[in-house]
Formats: sequence, structure tokens, C-alpha cells
Amino acid sequence: MEEIVLAFFNAEIAQAALPIVLQGLLNTVLLSLLVVPLGLAGGLILAMLALSRSRPIRWLLIAWVDFFRAFPPLVLLILLFAGLPFAGLELGGFACVAIAFFLNTGAYYGEILRAGIESIPRGQVEAARSTGLSGLQAMTYVVLPQAVRNVLPDLLSNTLEVVKLTALGSVVAVPELLFQARQAQSVTYNATPIVMAAVIYFLILWPVVRLLSRLENRALHASTR
Amino acid sequence: MNRWERFLDTFFNVKVMAKYLPDILSGTVLTIELALAIVATGLLAGLILALIRSLGIKPLNWLIIFVVDVFRSLPPLVVIVLVYFGLPSAGFSPSAFVSTWMSLALVLMAFAEEIFWAGITSTPKGQWEASRSTGLSFAQTLLYVILPQALRITIAPLTNRTIAITKGTALGTVVALHEILGMASSAVSNSYNPSPLMMGAAAYLVLFLPVVVAARWIETQFAWKR
Repeated sequence: MEEIVLAFFNAEIAQAALPIVLQGLLNTVLLSLLVVPLGLAGGLILAMLALSRSRPIRWLLIAWVDFFRAFPPLVLLILLFAGLPFAGLELGGFACVAIAFFLNTGAYYGEILRAGIESIPRGQVEAARSTGLSGLQAMTYVVLPQAVRNVLPDLLSNTLEVVKLTALGSVVAVPELLFQARQAQSVTYNATPIVMAAVIYFLILWPVVRLLSRLENRALHASTR
Repeated sequence: MNRWERFLDTFFNVKVMAKYLPDILSGTVLTIELALAIVATGLLAGLILALIRSLGIKPLNWLIIFVVDVFRSLPPLVVIVLVYFGLPSAGFSPSAFVSTWMSLALVLMAFAEEIFWAGITSTPKGQWEASRSTGLSFAQTLLYVILPQALRITIAPLTNRTIAITKGTALGTVVALHEILGMASSAVSNSYNPSPLMMGAAAYLVLFLPVVVAARWIETQFAWKR
């Protein structure tokens, strides 16, 4: 028992590793603040394109989304990080993470936003247009606010996944939470820093998971009654 | 050599590709084995947990909810790293394959339990009562009345989640598992050529794109008609 405590919950090592791990937490927060809006922007672009009446554009969009649903984000990241330098383009880990997330999570956000926009009856756009709003105004003031509300649980759930996905940054040496914890682990030969990182992830994301459970249950019950 | 030829020679070098094809193929086989193991054990464990939860034993349910919440909030890569680099300190050294399999199966279990449970609770209580009052046992009610309906509404979220988690087999690279990405990465550093990475990318698409397209089809088949 004592060995387990020393190996996983070593107070001395935890104290020494704390500044390193907290620096990682700060970077994870900053990274999330960058990649979530980036993914949302990508998703919004895709959702807008999906409204197009042109069949080839819609087919292309489905192919695009399915491509990124099939492609593991880590493979995409490695492809950018290890592949692009051969084309004479060395971007660095941080930029590669940003691009990979824009592409990958953009596809997921796009699907969700598209479903949200499709849930708003066409008559609303027509009514909005006939009161003199432009197409863009009708979209921003009438359709999007309702669409986002309708798919809020899905958006939140995807955002949770995006934040968790930032841990991939550790593979390309972005000093986020997991990377910092592993650095501390390899110096101390002790698993405590990784346990610390896991606990931090859990404490921060648990409230979101609880909220999601309740939102999803409520949505399901509403749809069956 | 013009630009286009140079591009092909760099990213789709036939010689390099031929040399590392066997590696990528063996990585693909490993990825398939790993993916099947994760899907089978993760979904089964999730279903079992949801069924246990439906028995309504309070302390047990709290435990299930806690375990599920833990694996829903932790990034899968963190779980893998913890299992692979952490467990040896506790006297248990799982291989890279077992670590990746265990971690992703636990994550899939958590998400599957949540989805199955939502499906089970979505059937109105009246159906339970009606079934029981016609003389069906608890198990019969679950098997013949509740589960068929529950599975129907869970199928779309479940397939999406399963794909997203199974793609995570690529994370095994971090613990030196010789799956597709791992094989491709080491081939790139051995040959100083990115062609193996392109082959690896193609292998993932060949594996997962049909599943994604099938999932899209399933989604339209089982969607709730409003």
C-alpha cells in the first residue's frame, strides 16, 4: 500500500512538479481558447456552404466531413508535423495543432451546426426576409440563435471532446498539461505528475460531463413524449 | 525534374512505398485486431453496466456513474499514458497493445453505458408496468420490450462514438505500439521520405471511410421520424 502511495501519490514529488504541471494547465487553457473558436469558425463555414443549392458543393461537403470523421486527428497532426517539412514547410508543433484542429473539429462542428440550421423551418427565413432583413441578417439574428439553442448539448459535447483532444499537442512537443506532466515524470521516474494531470483534467471537465448527462437525458425524454 | 515530378518523388516515392508496404500492412492488421477488441469489449462492458444500473441498487449506481464520469472526462491519451507508464510502478506491466486496448475499451465502455442508459430510461415507465402486468418477468421485459426500443434510438449516437474512439488506436503510437501510424513514422525516419506516412494515411481511410459511410446510412435508417 505504501509503495502505491509513493509511486502514484508522492507528496514530495507532487510539490516539486506542481509549478511545471500548472504551467501545462495554463497552456492547455490557452490552447483550448484558441482551437475551440477556430473549430467553430471552420464549422460555421461548412454549415453555411451546406445551405448551397448546388449539388456538387453539397456532395463535396459530405465527402469533406466524412474524410475527417474517418481520419484519426493524431494522424492528421503527424502528417502536418512530419510530412510538411519535406515540402519545405516547417510550421512547428503549435501551428500544426491549430491547423489540424481547424480541419478536424471544424468538420464535427459543421455537422452539428448544419443539423441545427436544418431544424429551423424555412418559413422563418422567408418571414425574416420579407420584413426587409438581408440574407445575412436573417441568418445571424433569426436562424443561428435558434439553431445553436437546438443543438446546444451536441455543441457542448463536441467542445468537451476538443478540449480533451488538446492532449495530442504533447506528441508534437506543445507544452500543454500532458506534455508537462510527462516531462516531470521522466525527470522524477515517478507516475505522480501524470496522476496530477489526470486529476486536473477530471476536476475541470467533470462538471461539464455532469451537465451534459442532464442535458442529453432531458433532450431524449422530450423527444419520446 | 519539374516541380510536380519532384512532389511525386517526395511524397509518393514508388521505391520507398514498395519497401515499406509490408510494414504498413502488418500495422494495418494490428490496428484491425486492436479495433475489433476495443469495440467488442467496450460495447459489451457498457451494456452490462447499463443493465446493472437498471436494477436500481443505489450505492452500485453511484459507483457506475462515477467510473463512467471519470472515463468521459479524461482524454484517452492521458488514460493510455497512465496505464502504460504508471501501472508498472504498481507491479503490473501491460504491453503497449494491452495498454491501448484496456484504455480505449474503458473509454468506450463509459460512453456506451451512458448511451445505453439513456436508451433504457427513454422508454416510458408505463411500458415496464404494462409488460410486467401481462406476466413477463423483469428479464423478459428488458429483453423483449425495453432493449429493442432502446437499441433503436441508441444506434446513431453509438456508432458515431464508437468510430471516434476506435480511431484512437493511432494513440498507441505514443506507447510504441506498432500499429499503422507507428510503423509509418518509423519508416519515415528510416527512409528520410514521407511516402510511408501517405501510405499510412491511405490505410486509415481504407479502414474507416467505409465505416463512416455506413454509419451515415444507418443514421438515416434509424432516425426518429419527427
